[in-house]
Amino acid sequence: MSAAPETVSGPLITADGIPLKESLQKSLRRSKIRAALLVAPPLLFLIFLFVIPIGNMLTRSVDDKLINQVLPNTFEAFESWDKVSEPDETMFAAIYQDLKAADKTDIGKASVRMNYAKPGWRSLVKRTARKIKKMEPPYKEAFLKADDRWTDNEYWLSLGIMKDKRTMGYYLNAVDRTYDFDKNVVHVDENRKVYNLLWWRTIQVSIIVTLACLLLAYPVAYLLATLPMRIANLLMICVLMPFWTSLLVRIVAWMIMLQQNGVVNDTLVAAGVLSDENRLAMMYNFNGTVIVMTQILLPFMILPIFSVMKTIPPSYMKAAQNLGATPTLAFIRVYMPQTIPGIGAGCILVFIVAIGYYITPELVGGKDGRLIGNMVAYHMQRSLNWGLAAAMGTILLIVILIFYWIYDKIIGIDNMKMG
Amino acid sequence: MSNDDHLVRFVDIQKSYDGESLVVKNLNLDVATGEFLTMLGPSGSGKTTCLMMLAGFEPATHGEIYLKENPINRVPPHKRGIGMVFQNYALFPHMTVAENLAFPLEVRHIDKSEREQRVKRALDMVQLGAFGDRRPAQLSGGQAQRVAVARSLVFDPDLVLMDEPLGALDKNLREQMQYEIKHIHENLGLTVVYVTHDQSEALTMSNRIAVFDDGIIQQCAPPEVLYEQPENAFCANFIGENNRLLGKVVADEGDNVKVEIDGDAGTVVAKKVNVGGVGERSTLSLRPERVTVDPDPGSLPNVFSGKAEELIYLGDHIRTRFTVCGHDDFIVKIPNSAVHAHLKEGDTVNIGWNAEDCRALDPSD
Repeated sequence: MSAAPETVSGPLITADGIPLKESLQKSLRRSKIRAALLVAPPLLFLIFLFVIPIGNMLTRSVDDKLINQVLPNTFEAFESWDKVSEPDETMFAAIYQDLKAADKTDIGKASVRMNYAKPGWRSLVKRTARKIKKMEPPYKEAFLKADDRWTDNEYWLSLGIMKDKRTMGYYLNAVDRTYDFDKNVVHVDENRKVYNLLWWRTIQVSIIVTLACLLLAYPVAYLLATLPMRIANLLMICVLMPFWTSLLVRIVAWMIMLQQNGVVNDTLVAAGVLSDENRLAMMYNFNGTVIVMTQILLPFMILPIFSVMKTIPPSYMKAAQNLGATPTLAFIRVYMPQTIPGIGAGCILVFIVAIGYYITPELVGGKDGRLIGNMVAYHMQRSLNWGLAAAMGTILLIVILIFYWIYDKIIGIDNMKMG
Repeated sequence: MSNDDHLVRFVDIQKSYDGESLVVKNLNLDVATGEFLTMLGPSGSGKTTCLMMLAGFEPATHGEIYLKENPINRVPPHKRGIGMVFQNYALFPHMTVAENLAFPLEVRHIDKSEREQRVKRALDMVQLGAFGDRRPAQLSGGQAQRVAVARSLVFDPDLVLMDEPLGALDKNLREQMQYEIKHIHENLGLTVVYVTHDQSEALTMSNRIAVFDDGIIQQCAPPEVLYEQPENAFCANFIGENNRLLGKVVADEGDNVKVEIDGDAGTVVAKKVNVGGVGERSTLSLRPERVTVDPDPGSLPNVFSGKAEELIYLGDHIRTRFTVCGHDDFIVKIPNSAVHAHLKEGDTVNIGWNAEDCRALDPSD
């Protein structure tokens, strides 16, 4: 034997005297760099085109900075007001200063925001702002001359809702609640309640669609997994066909099928099942939304279940029968439990897509088939109340996370198989 | 012969999957109560199909299978009460070991306390008493195998089928499990029908071996008979190591025949087993351990000179490849004794064998 190894104590070193750890790191550096480069493009894509825009959108749901920037003096004067007596000259002077200093578009935006707190603010500010240049002290008189609503304390009181830079107001609006002037949470008037009903309906539709998809997809997936290859492939093409067809085309096709004088009604009338005056209303309502969404989301259920079933060897069913179980019992006790990962994945996929669905309810939903997604779109595109749209989006996200969490508790997320 | 002690009878069974070719051709086989019968054969020989017909998963195209003298062709698998160990065990992955074992008892509506007792007994039998709470995925191959055996026995079936149950295990474990299964069979007095393509497994475990080829049972006999007295060239070749010499019968001497080896390589005296008359072709079968190197002159009827081509040292014996009678793949197992230690590659020596050790069988291709 040669000399005893010298590395009895201390860090291990390689033959050329460099510590082992260092050489190992050096040898791994190349592969680390390569891995980082591979990950970089999708990561950057995600950050710039997903995380940042979504984050920005979500902050809008609580953001109330603008109004404070436009009317700093007004809010200062508001703090020293006793909230009971008629506003005095100092308050009018403050708002005069603010309106004069601010630029026109900011005033416009701020007035829109103020209108959410107290309807009427927008026209009041607009009308006053037009005359602001010619105003002279005393401002109270000048303001009252411009618009006599300035004596109405409610406008002034509503400033209290807006004085913080963060607000939960949009979230409250999204669930049919609002602040009163003392910043207490109250229900909105009965005739202005819309969103709670929509939330409830959205969840209802999502659950019904998910269950309907599960019911329809399970036998199809079973056939796909068990039929001989050639027939199964043909069936698979039928399942995937909708994916290759434009969503709009499919929805329009459903319109042709479901309308009052559509194929389904005509057939039922011709077959004598329905009389001509009792044609079914299957579209522009709740039913239309459910029927069409089920068809569109069906592949999202079939594919994960199929991919799980494909991995279950037929010997389990044989073993169960050999051990004395009838074919039905064997299916229920042995086959079905093994498909749960696929069922879970399919359900959560369909549910998540369904809860935010927008285009189908828009086209075939009519008045009582419309979902929360349509309201988000409405506030984004029409009313331009982005804060409210963002709040609704955030609530949707939270609802999905809650369902995800429940799923994880019951089935376990590691158990999910997407295919 | 009375049929009283026959648990299973296959009568004129034929099976076809496609209506064009027969996978099993006219099978007749009896399995006695308490017997360990192995169906041995290459893949595609029809042995697994026979097992599946017995278990009820494949219908017989023709013929009838009797279990305890009752025809069972129309009895569905779950009513046959036959235990089965599957090739990949088929342990239900979503149930624990104990739940797997309790499953057959549960579907038979056996009450809970007895169920637990029987599960425990079955687990103890395979030395896995502490593993009841594990999932099949947490078991090693050997443990899973034992659980599968225990599950097939827990409902006390008279008959247990095993479909290549040891195929997935490594060599040592496989040998150990062979003995364990054999002991369980002996202790419980079970009847076992076992399917394998591994001949040493079949020889180790069986009371009787049915050698399958091409959908036909070539020979069905106890291991020693099968090895010592193969009835045809396929069995001789499939079971154990075997030297084949091809030739033509030139003389019939009652018990023996004289066969002229192809290529005028000499004439061999062989035992007449399964061969036609003079002029027919024949395959001679000779076990490597029955050949004597350097025999005393005149002691053996067949003596030829052979050239040692290759020697492989295997400890207890030396495996030597000779060129004899024009065949260069003639294997001889020479016992490791001082007498033969001098043999070297390239040496030419006399080798010889007895007439009854050399069996004249059907001409194979």
